[in-house]
Amino acid sequence: MSRQLKFNIFRFNPEDPSSEPHTDTFMLEETPSLTLFIALNKIREEQDPSLMFDFACRMAICGSCGMVINGRPGLACKTLTVELPEEITLMPLPVFKLVGDLSVDTGTWFRATNTKIESWIHTDQEFDPEAIEERMENDLANSIFELERCIECGCCVASCGTANMREDFVGAFALNRISRFIMDPRDKRTDPEYFDVVGTDQGIFGCMGLLACEDVCPREIPLQDQLGILRRKMAFQGLKNIFKPKEKGRHRRF
Amino acid sequence: MEHETFYTDLLCVGAGLAGERVAIAAASAGFDAILLSLVPARRSHSCAAEGGMQAALGNCAMGEGDSPDVHFADTVKGSDWGCDQECARIFADTAPVAVREAANWGMPWNRVVAGKAKYWKGGEEFEAEEKKDKHGLITARAFGGTAKWRTCYTADGTGHTLLYTLDNKVTQLGVRVHDRVEAVSLIHDGENCTGCVARDLKTGKLRVYLAKATLIATGGYGRLYSETTNTVINDGGGHIIALDTGLVPFGNPEAVQFHPTGVVPTNILVTEGCRGDGGTLLDVDEKRFMNIYEPAKAELASRDVVSRWMMYHIAQGKGVPSPYGDHLWLDIRHLGAKHITTKLREVYDLCRHFLGVNPINQLIPVRPAQHYSMGGVRTNSNGAAYGLKGLFSCGESACWDMHGFNRLGGNSLAETIVAGRHVGLKVVEFLEGAEVILKSSLADQGVAAMAKRIDRLVNRTDGTENVYAIKDAMQLVMMEKVGIFRNGTDLQAAVDTLREIYVKAKKIGLRSSGIGANPELALALKMPGMVRLAICVAYGALMRTESRGCHARDDYQARNDRDWLNRTLAYWRDLDADLPDLQYEPSTKVMYMPPGDRGYGKTEIIPMDAPKED
Repeated sequence: MSRQLKFNIFRFNPEDPSSEPHTDTFMLEETPSLTLFIALNKIREEQDPSLMFDFACRMAICGSCGMVINGRPGLACKTLTVELPEEITLMPLPVFKLVGDLSVDTGTWFRATNTKIESWIHTDQEFDPEAIEERMENDLANSIFELERCIECGCCVASCGTANMREDFVGAFALNRISRFIMDPRDKRTDPEYFDVVGTDQGIFGCMGLLACEDVCPREIPLQDQLGILRRKMAFQGLKNIFKPKEKGRHRRF
Repeated sequence: MEHETFYTDLLCVGAGLAGERVAIAAASAGFDAILLSLVPARRSHSCAAEGGMQAALGNCAMGEGDSPDVHFADTVKGSDWGCDQECARIFADTAPVAVREAANWGMPWNRVVAGKAKYWKGGEEFEAEEKKDKHGLITARAFGGTAKWRTCYTADGTGHTLLYTLDNKVTQLGVRVHDRVEAVSLIHDGENCTGCVARDLKTGKLRVYLAKATLIATGGYGRLYSETTNTVINDGGGHIIALDTGLVPFGNPEAVQFHPTGVVPTNILVTEGCRGDGGTLLDVDEKRFMNIYEPAKAELASRDVVSRWMMYHIAQGKGVPSPYGDHLWLDIRHLGAKHITTKLREVYDLCRHFLGVNPINQLIPVRPAQHYSMGGVRTNSNGAAYGLKGLFSCGESACWDMHGFNRLGGNSLAETIVAGRHVGLKVVEFLEGAEVILKSSLADQGVAAMAKRIDRLVNRTDGTENVYAIKDAMQLVMMEKVGIFRNGTDLQAAVDTLREIYVKAKKIGLRSSGIGANPELALALKMPGMVRLAICVAYGALMRTESRGCHARDDYQARNDRDWLNRTLAYWRDLDADLPDLQYEPSTKVMYMPPGDRGYGKTEIIPMDAPKED
């Protein structure tokens, strides 16, 4: 006898003046290997075609379907109902602007933050189409990839105590991204320059060390290690700055 | 009709790798560009490319002696001589530059490690010596249908990493990205395309984009099928707005690729890199079979060939029974834990999370699934669409056409940034010389027409057909009758059924309010267009009475170079019609490599100069 699953789903359509935030309940019979991707699509197609949620790849690599599943941020596509109790409560990720129901606007948030932390290789080196590539150790390429695996799903941000209280905090995703650039010799930024970007309360010193980010990361990125390394590096740079004050005007703030 | 209007030099519909690469070219030349995307740009389907991109660098031991000439020849053979050889040539020559350029922008390509290295091929281990002078240069792995190891990679997250690298560049250049915005019709006067009408998927409001040049880079149309590796957004949206002009042809719609290793039951892809790195396919007896069917290439024949043999082998009773139908096994156990958890890390994760299978000591259940659309918006070698000035297309959405009737693994990720680089430069040339008159009245008409369609859907003016039922019916017909093996009877039945579905698709009525980011309305707006695309695919396949690459007809098994060395051009000139007009053009204007034997996949060939039959 398969289980009858009870879904409690947050509902609100900000574009509809008659809509009030509330919870709707849907019943669904559990089938083998049922994921929340399949379940939510079934509910939309068979019970309520207005239900809003986001999926794209449905294989945990695009980061579209972050939501709060029984109180915990995670990717809906890789969540099997068999791992959950009969009653499943789904809420949209906090921190991000609500589009409707379970759908939130992560795109605007991440693009703004990536712009703020200047998430790109800083180099003066012009590309020469005739030249062979610069050499790199394979182990280093692998290490960069390990951090580059982040899919910007927003789970770390949604689970972060600081990010929930302060909207200017860049979140674990951004600090991990900066670690990736620090590791990459092609990025010519120096420690004082990185300090300007993340050596602040909006950056690494805003982290309270609760580390829910590491617990919920669906990509299992070693965020705890990266945050620790970055904090040490930036604290050391901060001390250096005290003993050797910077020239006026060099300090960038966001 | 109240709406917001945006002006730009280059409007890119689609912000995956191809769209972003063209936008980077325009922005780098000082032009303004806007990228539209159904999802945040980094969630585009480009991120799902796993195994890598082909470029003839020849750095690794097994790639020694490689060159763009060899890459070109592999690509033409892979296409079963269906490709445009001028484009295949441009592609092979440009690929090494594009790979190095991406490295310059931060792409962490895997590198050559000098010394003795152990590799696997067809379940056998062998040793190769990686040269000292190549240490640290970009390395490559084997993929199907290639003479050399040529597929450059970052573990098996190549597409993801490349997309982030390019999106970083887009961020650096300050290109505007409007995500969750869907282009719903092109604005044109019958000669020039000057942008699009779009719908904001966050609010449901209509918008206008007016642009000197418009690029369609929306990926493939895999979601016409029920079993596909494609992301849910690969619904052919870009093809629909191009075809709806009545002026721009859909090139080779029937050229649809099935990938050998979709996971059963979810159709999630596991990369060809598994077989490239030495993985094997096994049957119900846990025995290899590809080495028997294809002694030369075995598991690494081209995708169309491997997929066909797999279905053939299942039909011989050699499949593994399961509640989801018969399947085969992919075996990578012998590659070892270290290899699997580094070079095939994504495969390792997805097998455990979605299947509960640990590929280090368990077999992976696989079966061919729809994977790639070789057909698309037909363009010339500059990426300029046939039929409208100022309209371009690039990447999977385009029929540029370097893939012909079968794409090689590693050539699609490559096409996005290689063709993107080339087309980007051509778009810049177009913009430099452009004198474009942007007519607001055309835009107003487009908005009014779309607003009217939305009203009719919301008010159920035309009927009460259920959009999801129509989608399911269409996907099922395509899967059952326009799949890997095709025949005249099934294809005719498919066309007939799709025409009936099309009648219903024009009578859709919403069951919900349609207010705001309403998903039912978004699908209802594109559903008739999706059925038109499906009819083009089925009808193109019915009319092509030969077998070529992925298009395998049981009733016409020979590749017919005498009559069918050509490309289908499907036009939908009248929205009231229920069939496209099909025209044909030669596959290639320049013939560097005349048709011959592919070296894999036994096929009878009717030569170009064979006498005509009565």
